Amino acid sequence: MYARRVTAALAVSGLAKRYGAVEALRGVDLEVGEGELVGLLGPNGAGKSTLVKIACGLVRPSAGHAEVCGARAGSREARAAIGYLAEFFRFPGWTSADELLGLHQRLTSSDGGERERADLLELVGLDDARERRVEEMSKGMQQRLGIAQALVRSPRLLLLDEPTSALDPVGRRTVRTLLEELRRRGISVLLNSHLLSEVELVCDRVVILLAGKVVSAGAPGDLARPRGVEIETDAGTRRYADAGRDDIPALVAELVRDGRSVYGARVLTSTLEEVYVEAVGGESR
Amino acid sequence: MWTIAGYGLREALRRKVFVVVCLLTVAFLLLYWMGNRYVFNHVGEIVPPAGIDAQTFAGAFLFGMAMFGTLFLGVVLAVFLTLGVVRGDAERGLLQPLVVRPIGRSTVLAARFLGAGAVCVPYVLGVYFATMVLTGLEGSWWPDRIVTPGLELAGAVLLVAALSLLGSVFLSGIANGIAVFMLFGAGLVAGLLDNIGHVLNSGGLVHAAKIAAWIVPFEALYQDALRTITENTSGLTGFLLRLGPFGGAEQGGVALRLWAIAYLGIVGALALAGFARRDL
Repeated sequence: MYARRVTAALAVSGLAKRYGAVEALRGVDLEVGEGELVGLLGPNGAGKSTLVKIACGLVRPSAGHAEVCGARAGSREARAAIGYLAEFFRFPGWTSADELLGLHQRLTSSDGGERERADLLELVGLDDARERRVEEMSKGMQQRLGIAQALVRSPRLLLLDEPTSALDPVGRRTVRTLLEELRRRGISVLLNSHLLSEVELVCDRVVILLAGKVVSAGAPGDLARPRGVEIETDAGTRRYADAGRDDIPALVAELVRDGRSVYGARVLTSTLEEVYVEAVGGESR
Repeated sequence: MWTIAGYGLREALRRKVFVVVCLLTVAFLLLYWMGNRYVFNHVGEIVPPAGIDAQTFAGAFLFGMAMFGTLFLGVVLAVFLTLGVVRGDAERGLLQPLVVRPIGRSTVLAARFLGAGAVCVPYVLGVYFATMVLTGLEGSWWPDRIVTPGLELAGAVLLVAALSLLGSVFLSGIANGIAVFMLFGAGLVAGLLDNIGHVLNSGGLVHAAKIAAWIVPFEALYQDALRTITENTSGLTGFLLRLGPFGGAEQGGVALRLWAIAYLGIVGALALAGFARRDL
């Protein structure tokens, strides 16, 4: 019997980055498993974008190391395994959506051809904008096109830095559906986003960064803290702050004994937003 | 590599860079042809110093001026095609989606240099030969060497393109453009100092000007190109012609060409090393 080492899509250990006097990252450990969707949260300046940039080889770490699918981050093998959408990106305005994807197909040696380009545009809801030039697209359309280019040649690890910042609610839902589809296909995703509700909805795990350090990590459900029980009666809603799920039958029985009509009971837990605010201490920059 | 080089070319094409450049070049050639026509129709009125052939004097000076114009236009084209390739494009968010691809940074840089070269070299050679033909047809004057001066001009423009690429690794687009044009201007000053040194018969000044020109070898290549167009002209005529209208003609020879190739390699290596270490 032997133990087989499973290579993580992204493994980061003791990662530090200093820009002059500023410490952007201070010893970050992080892992994104195969097929896992991890949300990266934190206030502005927490080091999220720096971490993503190190993972795709745009920034060199000052200390520690990062591996993508077992290869050193930034190496040719690592770059071949990733798809990346930057927070601030621009595509040449003179290219059409189809030409841009064609360019990235050539750069990644993808043999997907026209079929892959059409599928990707359909996936991000741009199938009717195939010949439209980038300069004629709205910011939201460009962001969706950015996601499509990141998906050329089906990367094993997708690094998305604020992919929904310019999208309207419908566009965000499209991206959310897309992320769920990617998870179904087994693609690992590191999602850097400020939109906590979306992260909570789609991510398997959440990592919260503050001032270059991981201050909290875990599944959204595990991070949530119990906040009591709420029971709706004919006399109004009663809240039992110290009670848990197991206490509900006894509480309901007691209310019924007292002659109250009970309409519903639910366990209260903190939202990801509350977990986040607690973790970062209300810090915002 | 060819994908990125083609991308650069398509960008220039779509942004109508070529249309503008072609229109302005046609205007330049038209003006140059008019100048040639006027000068050679009135060549009898030109009174050069005693013992100088007026036709040769006019032809060499006009063509020397055209070579400066060709160099200048080529340099403008090269600088505008390369000034923002690294930092400028990175600041605009255009570079990151490309360099995270498996092709890597060195390929991106080399391809952008090739792309600029693929535009600038044919352009410089085209304008060079067009001006030569105009002068030849209007004034029946042809340079002593036909091909070598054109190749040296093209080489000079390639060197400027390489320096501009190197600058783009460290400077923003505007700062790099200013820096490269100032460097180009410094080269011209070296050429003018050489002129002054010859007129004043100051060996020290000529020597200093030569060192300065070799530090920025695009200038030394231009001076050598100027020299080769009147290579076989000697005596007072040769002396006057080599003063040139925009920087003096000066012999560079094989050593200069080898130095220019080595210089290109050094600049390229510095650019690659700088780009490899740069955070984007």
